[in-house]
Amino acid sequence: MKLLREILFPLIAVLAAFLVGAIIVLLIHDDPIETYKLLIGSALSWPDGIGYTLFYATPLIFTGLAVAVAFRCGLLNIGAEGQLYVAAFAAAWVGITFGGVEGRSIANLSAWLLVPLACFAAMASGAVWGAVPGVLKAKFGSHEVINTIMMNFIALALVSYFTQYHYKAQGDPILQTVPISASAHIARLGKFIPGLPERIPLNIAFFLALLACVLVYIFLWRTKWGYEIRATGANPAAAEYGGISTGRQIVLAMAVSGALAGLVGVNEVLGYRYRYYDSFSSGVGYGFTGIAVALLGRNHPVGVVFAALFFGALKRGGLFVDIFTEHVSKDLVEVLKALVILFVAAELYFRGRLGRFGLMRRAKI
Amino acid sequence: MNELLNIGLIYSTVRTATPLLLAALGGLYSERAGVINIALEGLMLVGAFTAAVVTHYTHSPWIGLTAAIAAGVLIAAIHAVLCISFKAQQVVSGMAINILLIGVPALLSGAFFESTGATPQIPLHELLQYAPVVIAFALVPVTWYVLYRTPFGLRLRAVGENPEAADAAGVSVTRIRYAGVLLSGALAAIGGAYLSIGQSSLFTRNMTAGRGFIALAALIFGKWRPVQTMLACLLFGLAEALATQMQGVVRVPVQFIQIIPYVLTMIVLAGFIGLSRAPRAIGIPYQKEK
Amino acid sequence: MLELRNITKRFGAVLANDHVNIKVKSGTIHAIVGENGAGKSTAMRIAYGFYTADEGEIIVDGQPRRIETPHDAIALGIGMVHQHFMLIEPMTVTENIVLGAEPGGAVALDLTKAAERIRKLSEEFRLAIDPHATIEHLSVGQQQRVELLKALYREAQLLILDEPTAVLAPQEVEELFAILRRMRAQGKTVVIITHKLDEVLAISDEVTVMRDGRVVGELQTSATNAAELARMMVGRDVLLRIEKPQAKPDSTVLSVEHLTVTARDGTQRLKGVSFQVRAAEIVGIAGVEGNGQTELIEALAGLIPHAQMSGRMEYLGRDIAPLDARSRRELGIAHIPEDRHRRGLLLDFDLKENSVLGVHYRPPVAVSLGSVLLDDGAIRKRTERIIEDFDVRPANPDLPARSLSGGNQQKLIIGREFVLQPKLLLVAQPTRGVDIGAIEFIHRKLVRLRDEGCAVLLVSAELEEVTALADRLLIIHDGEIVGEVDPTIATLEEIGLLMTGGKEQ
Repeated sequence: MKLLREILFPLIAVLAAFLVGAIIVLLIHDDPIETYKLLIGSALSWPDGIGYTLFYATPLIFTGLAVAVAFRCGLLNIGAEGQLYVAAFAAAWVGITFGGVEGRSIANLSAWLLVPLACFAAMASGAVWGAVPGVLKAKFGSHEVINTIMMNFIALALVSYFTQYHYKAQGDPILQTVPISASAHIARLGKFIPGLPERIPLNIAFFLALLACVLVYIFLWRTKWGYEIRATGANPAAAEYGGISTGRQIVLAMAVSGALAGLVGVNEVLGYRYRYYDSFSSGVGYGFTGIAVALLGRNHPVGVVFAALFFGALKRGGLFVDIFTEHVSKDLVEVLKALVILFVAAELYFRGRLGRFGLMRRAKI
Repeated sequence: MNELLNIGLIYSTVRTATPLLLAALGGLYSERAGVINIALEGLMLVGAFTAAVVTHYTHSPWIGLTAAIAAGVLIAAIHAVLCISFKAQQVVSGMAINILLIGVPALLSGAFFESTGATPQIPLHELLQYAPVVIAFALVPVTWYVLYRTPFGLRLRAVGENPEAADAAGVSVTRIRYAGVLLSGALAAIGGAYLSIGQSSLFTRNMTAGRGFIALAALIFGKWRPVQTMLACLLFGLAEALATQMQGVVRVPVQFIQIIPYVLTMIVLAGFIGLSRAPRAIGIPYQKEK
Repeated sequence: MLELRNITKRFGAVLANDHVNIKVKSGTIHAIVGENGAGKSTAMRIAYGFYTADEGEIIVDGQPRRIETPHDAIALGIGMVHQHFMLIEPMTVTENIVLGAEPGGAVALDLTKAAERIRKLSEEFRLAIDPHATIEHLSVGQQQRVELLKALYREAQLLILDEPTAVLAPQEVEELFAILRRMRAQGKTVVIITHKLDEVLAISDEVTVMRDGRVVGELQTSATNAAELARMMVGRDVLLRIEKPQAKPDSTVLSVEHLTVTARDGTQRLKGVSFQVRAAEIVGIAGVEGNGQTELIEALAGLIPHAQMSGRMEYLGRDIAPLDARSRRELGIAHIPEDRHRRGLLLDFDLKENSVLGVHYRPPVAVSLGSVLLDDGAIRKRTERIIEDFDVRPANPDLPARSLSGGNQQKLIIGREFVLQPKLLLVAQPTRGVDIGAIEFIHRKLVRLRDEGCAVLLVSAELEEVTALADRLLIIHDGEIVGEVDPTIATLEEIGLLMTGGKEQ
C-alpha cells in the first residue's frame, strides 16, 4: 500500500506533465503522439539509445542523490551545479598535474593512483563547496538556498578563470583545459559489452553511480550518521532531545551532498571529455535537473535511479525529436522537466484533496 | 584607472542596473508579502521573449511591452497558485518556473522562427532604450511610497511579517500575497523586455544569464528596502560595467569582478555588514487553523 | 451583549467545546475561568471568528449572527486581545492599529490623523502610549495596551482578553485592571479569560466556570469565593488514589540551586529555583502551565543554551551545567518530554527508529566499524522488548510512530526512557492526551521505577496526577517555587490557591 502510493504520485505527475506537454505540441502544430513515440523510441534503441540514455542518466543519479541527501536533512541544495563544476575542474586538475602532462605536471602517477586521486579530489572539492553554505546556515542561520545559488555563480566564475588563464592550451579558441593524462581515463563500457560501440561515452562512472546509490542507502538508513541527518530533517527539536547536534548534521549533510554532486566530474572529465570543458552543464544543468530527479524519486536512492533514467531517456530522446519532427525542438524536454516539478510540488495539495475522498487514507491496522 | 571613470562607465552602469532594478523591485513586492521569489529569472525571460515576439508580429514595441507584462503576470500566477493556494515549497516552485522558461521560449521560437537560439531581429526603438530606465528609477520612490504610505503597502508588509496578526486585523493574507507575487511578475517582465527590445533587438536563448538571481541578491543586499535595493543594483551594475570595460584593458581577470555581488550577498546574509533581516514570515505558507 | 448558544467544536477527535452556553451582559466585566484545555479560549476564538463552530449559534445584541472571520466580529463591535499579541514588531503603534481599517483613500494612508486619534484614545483611557513608537521597543505591558487601543480604535463595544495577566508583572496587572474598570465605566463590555482566581474575584462582575469543554457554573462574583471556584475548576472532590507503598528516599541525586533561565526575549522564566530530588522518591511540581515548568525540565535535560542559564545543577555530586544533552543521558538522566510530537518522537520514523533515539550512536544499537553501523537485529529486539513491557499497540515495530494513538506513543517514549535504567527521570505531562487505561499503566510504571531507586522529577498540569503520584509536592508560580506541601494531607483548594498566586494560608 505504502509502496504503491510512493509510486503512484510520481507517475501521475509524469502523466500530467506529458499531457500538458502534448497540448503545447499541438499548439505548435505538431503531432504529440508521433513526438512522444520518437522521444521514447529513440531512447530505448540498442545500442545508441540505451547507451546514451544510461550515459545521460549517470550525472543525474549523482545530482539526484546529492539533492536527496540534503533534503533528508531538511535542506534544499540548489548548489549542486556549482559543486559539480568545482569538482570537475579539480578532477581535471589532478589528471593534468599528477598525470605527467608535459610542462604542467609535478608527478606522473600510474592509473591505479591517479584515478582514485582524481575521484577523491572531485568529491573533496564538491564537499567543501557544499559545506560552506552548510556552515553559514548552522552558524549564522543564513538561508542555504540563497547561499548555494551565490556559490554556483562564484564556482562558475572561478573555474572559468583558472581554465582561461592557467590551464587552457595556447591559442585554443574553446574555453577548456588541456587534456588530462591518458592514465587518468576511466574505461568506456563499450570495451566490455559486446555490441556497444566505444564511441558511446557511457563509462565506468555509471557503475560508480549505482554503487553510490547503494552507499547512500546504507549511509542514510544503516549508519548512525544517516540516522542523525534524517532525524534533523524530520524534527530538529526531537533530534536535539535525542542528543543530536543539528548544526553539525546540517554541515555534514551539505558536505555529503556536495561530494555526491562532485562525482559528476568523474563521469564528465575522466570518462567522457578527458578534459575540463567550461560550462559543460549549461542550460538546465545537471545540478538543477537533480532537483527534479530527487523530487520525482521521492528522495530515495532507488527512486533516484528510476527518475534519473527517465530524465536521461528524455534528454536522449529530445535530440531525436529535435531532428525528426517539423516544429518540436529538444527544449520540449526542459518544459516536461519543469512541468514534472510543478506537478510534484503541488502534490501535497492534491494529496489533501484525494484524502477527502478517502482515496489516500492512511492504512489502519 | 582614471580614464575608466568616465561618462561611459556611468551610462553603462545605469543601463546594466536597470533590468536588475526592475526585477529586484518586483521581487521586493513578492518577498515583502512573504513569498520567496526565486523565479525572477524565469519571469524576466518570459518578459524578454514575449516582448520580442509580439513586437516582431505587431511592429509595435509598446504592444510588445504590454504583452510582456501580461505574460509575466500569467507566469507569476502559476507561482502564486502553487505557493499561496497549494502551499507548495516556494523555492521548488520558483526553480520549476525558471526551468520552464528556459524551455518554453526555445520551443516556441524553434517552432515559429525555425531557430531555438534567437527570435528574428526587430528594429531598435529609440524611446525604448530610455523609457525603461526612467521607469525603473522612478519606481524606486513610487515603491517606497506604496510600501510606507499606502494601505496596500502597510498590508503587504504586515502579511510578510506576521500573517496571523494581519488576518486577525481583518486583512486577507491570500489576496495581498497574490497581489505581491503578480506585481513581481509584471515588474520582472518589464526588466526582461528591456533586455530584448530595449538594449538589443531580439531575444536570444537564456538572454538574462542569471540577472534574475543577481536581482535577488541585490534585493537581499538592499535589505528588502527600495532605496537600498536600488543602490545595490547600481553597485552590481557597476561591477558588471567595469568588468566589460576592463576586458583587455587591465590585467584583472573579469571573473573576479563578476563574483563581487555574490560574495557581498553571502557576507551580508551572514550578518557581517549590518543586520539583513528577511521578512519574518518569508517562505512559510499561511495556514489558518480551522 | 454577547451570547454563545450550544456551541460545539471538535479538533480532530478532541471535543474542545461541548454545547457551551455563555451569556455576557452589556456593561459588565465577565470572567471565564478554567484549567488549561478547558475550552475557554476556543469558545472566545469562535466568538471572534478565528474558528468556526461545528454547531450552535452566536447572538450579538439579541440578533443571531454569523461570525466567520475576525472581520465579521470587528464589524459587530467585538475586539479581542490574544494571549500571543497580534502585533507586527518592526512597525509603529499607529501602523499596527490602523492595519485593516486604514484611514484615507487607497493611495494615501493618513497616518497623521490616525496618530492623533490614537493619542486622544490613549489619553482618555490613560494608557500612556506613544503612537509613533515601534512595537519591538515597547514593554510587554505596553504592547498589551496597544492591543487594547486597536480594539478601541475600531470602536469595539465588547473586548475579549485572553489570559491578559499571564505576561504581566503584578503592578502592571493593577494598571490593566484600572483600565478595564475605566472601560466598563464608559459602557463597554469586557470578557476576561483567566485561570487566576484572585484576579477573577478582584475584577469581574460575573463568572463562567469551564471544565473539559463544558460550562460547569455561572455565578455572580460577589456571591462566590476562591475555594468554590477552585473546586468547580478542578472538578472532583475525591482525589485519584494510587496504590503505592511509602517512599523510602535515599541519598540526594539531583540538587538544583538558584537556577535561573532567561528567554531570548529577555524575560526571566525561572527565577532562582532551588530544590533537591533524592533517590527513590517522586518530587512533583504543580503549577499552572507556562510558569517555568517547561524551562525547568529542559534546563535539566540540557536543552537550553548555556548562555541563557545561571545557577547550579548537581547530579550525583557532579556539576552537570556544562554538559550537553547527550552526555547527561549517558550519565543516567532520562527525559520524558511534555510534548511528544514536538520533542519526543520522529513521527514519520518507525517504532524501531524511535525506540533508539538518544542511544542510536552507541552499542548495542550502533556496532561495527567503530559504532557506525546500526544493528537492525539489536534495534528490533530492543523495540520488541519495549513494545512487550509497555504494552504498545499495535505491536508492530515497522509502523510509523504517527500511526499510533496518543497513549501508545506515550508508552513507547516511556519505554524507551525506562530501558535506559535511569538514575534520574525528568518527566513532564506523562499522561497528557492519553486514555484512562494507559494513564493507570503509566502511573504504575512510574511508581515501580521509583521503588527501584530512581529519582523522579514529575511536572504535570493535572493537579490530581501530581498529588497522587508525588511523595513531595513543590508548587511553582511565575518562575518561582512558592511552596512545598505534603500531598497526602494537602487539599486541592490549598494547592490551587498557591498555584494561582494566592497567599499561603
